[in-house]
Amino acid sequence: MWKTILRRVLIMIPELIILSVLVFLMAKAMPGDPFTGQINPKDSLTQIHHLMRINGLYDPWYEQYWHWVVHLFHGDLGTSYEYQEPVTRIIAQRAGNTLWLALLTMILTYVIALPLGIYAGRHEGHLQDTLVRIYTYATMSVPFFVVLVLGSWIFGYGLNWFPTSGSVSPTASGFLPVLLSRLGHMILPAVLGALFATSSITQYLRSGIIDAKHSDYVMTAQSKGVPMKAIYKHHIFRNALLPIAAFAGYSITGLLGGSIFVEQIFSYPGMGLLFLNAINYRDYTVITALVLLYGFLNLMGTLLSDIALSAIDPRVRVK
Amino acid sequence: MSTNEFNQSSHVSQAEMDKLEKSAERNAAPSTLKLIWHEFVANKMALISLIILVGFILYVIIASMFMNTSQVMQTSIMNYFAKPFTPGFFLGADQSGRSIVDQLIIGSRNSIGIAIGLTVISSTFGICYGLISGYVGGKSDLVMQRVYDFFMIIPIMMMIIVIVDIIPSYNAITLTLILSCFYWLGTERLIRSQTLSEVNKEYVLASKASGSGPLSIIFKQIMPNIASLIIVDTTLSFAENIGVETGLSFLGFGLPDGTPSLGTLIGNASSADNITNYWWTWLPATIEIIILCLAISYIGQALRSSVNVIQRHNS
Repeated sequence: MWKTILRRVLIMIPELIILSVLVFLMAKAMPGDPFTGQINPKDSLTQIHHLMRINGLYDPWYEQYWHWVVHLFHGDLGTSYEYQEPVTRIIAQRAGNTLWLALLTMILTYVIALPLGIYAGRHEGHLQDTLVRIYTYATMSVPFFVVLVLGSWIFGYGLNWFPTSGSVSPTASGFLPVLLSRLGHMILPAVLGALFATSSITQYLRSGIIDAKHSDYVMTAQSKGVPMKAIYKHHIFRNALLPIAAFAGYSITGLLGGSIFVEQIFSYPGMGLLFLNAINYRDYTVITALVLLYGFLNLMGTLLSDIALSAIDPRVRVK
Repeated sequence: MSTNEFNQSSHVSQAEMDKLEKSAERNAAPSTLKLIWHEFVANKMALISLIILVGFILYVIIASMFMNTSQVMQTSIMNYFAKPFTPGFFLGADQSGRSIVDQLIIGSRNSIGIAIGLTVISSTFGICYGLISGYVGGKSDLVMQRVYDFFMIIPIMMMIIVIVDIIPSYNAITLTLILSCFYWLGTERLIRSQTLSEVNKEYVLASKASGSGPLSIIFKQIMPNIASLIIVDTTLSFAENIGVETGLSFLGFGLPDGTPSLGTLIGNASSADNITNYWWTWLPATIEIIILCLAISYIGQALRSSVNVIQRHNS
């Protein structure tokens, strides 16, 4: 078990290094430099060159990369050109919004997917199963942003049930009203995101339950006269649900990837919207920091899932 | 012994021989294509989806041949937000007075074309990568899987947006190539796991024993045996890939300005004014994408169920 974890963590390190080099080189390739917006128009060209030289912008790229990594480990990701503030502070302001939305989406995903998957698996081949399969087929095939646009049109603009922009209403004050307003802003994007994310979990759970239903241990329990309810509770769910729980880590990748669309469509001030704005302003310290952070979070998600899976199922462990 | 000699020495007449051959053909497992065809004939919905899809693609290709993109994208302020069903504007016009129908036709051709290109390139790469990684095994497999793991952690959408931003000028082909670098992962994973389960089967061992080279085993033995799976996966990734370019164009990082795409049309919905008052600027493209994706996926599902029949026949 510990061997597996150690091995996974060791694999992580080169992945992170390669990602950081890639991100750094991309940032170098972007137009603009760190003094965009700081340069006094009266400065002469020699002064600008001097400024760039003392800040190491004429050094070879690997030396610049090394400086960047050293700063990174000190928690210094540079200053945003657009906001003239430390990048860490800007991201910290937005990260909460994205992560809370992701968390709510994930909770809703499981709340929808578990009953559906269990229901379909129990009634394999019957009408209920067919209905669930139509649902998963429809949510799986239609692109995510199309669902979001339609959802915001119908439930946001048309029926006026939910707000269509922002993360909290400016008039809300006090703990409870703010909390409710936040939830109100999150609920529509979270439900739409969850509808979209359920399909793979539902399908996996359904086939897991069907596999378990036809396994030898269930037949043994049946022939011993254990009631079907108890078999489901103690044998089938146990075996079919645990891998699903471990999937939570993997779904982080999808949630973060989708956050760009969700936040753009619902003007939700999180990291995805920050990224799109940074691209428009060519604010490349923010861009590099966000790409790196998303990559790191993806990595952590897969790491958690891998460890959870190997803890649940010893067959996955490495010898 | 030639056939002639055989016929002379045996009691079986030529006519009877033909009859035997025919009955053997009848009783043999039908070919993959035949089974797929049977599935489509039996499954009316799948057949309708296929007809809609092929008909639509043909229509879009032929209709767009008679159109000039720059002419369609020309601003004409007189037709500012022309309402649907006004003369010359069957589905109305957008804020620059450009006909939505014309943009839809050219945009569909662009979006479907990119999705097809992306599917062909990324699936070919994913299939080859998965087959080789799964067949060769050992150290090469380990290295190839680490590369795969690395691609898995990349925030793909962000990476593509950054690359598109860095590149000074690009067109549909370069965009397709950029996208293909990232969308082979799902196919690779599926093909590799399937290859791993094929590697130890008897036919592979037999070819190895008879001295076939690895490339010939991979592409002449294993690939035909997982062909049905490849067909299904490619169809389903086609449906997914339609969402990739349109999604990027929706955000404003896909096809360059002046090149219509289904994504840019849906992108009209980004402004609150458009989404509420001028529904015809974005809703037709939205509905079109939904129908297209549902049709393609449905065809994929029908293919999958015929593949299950094939697997039953084989085992």
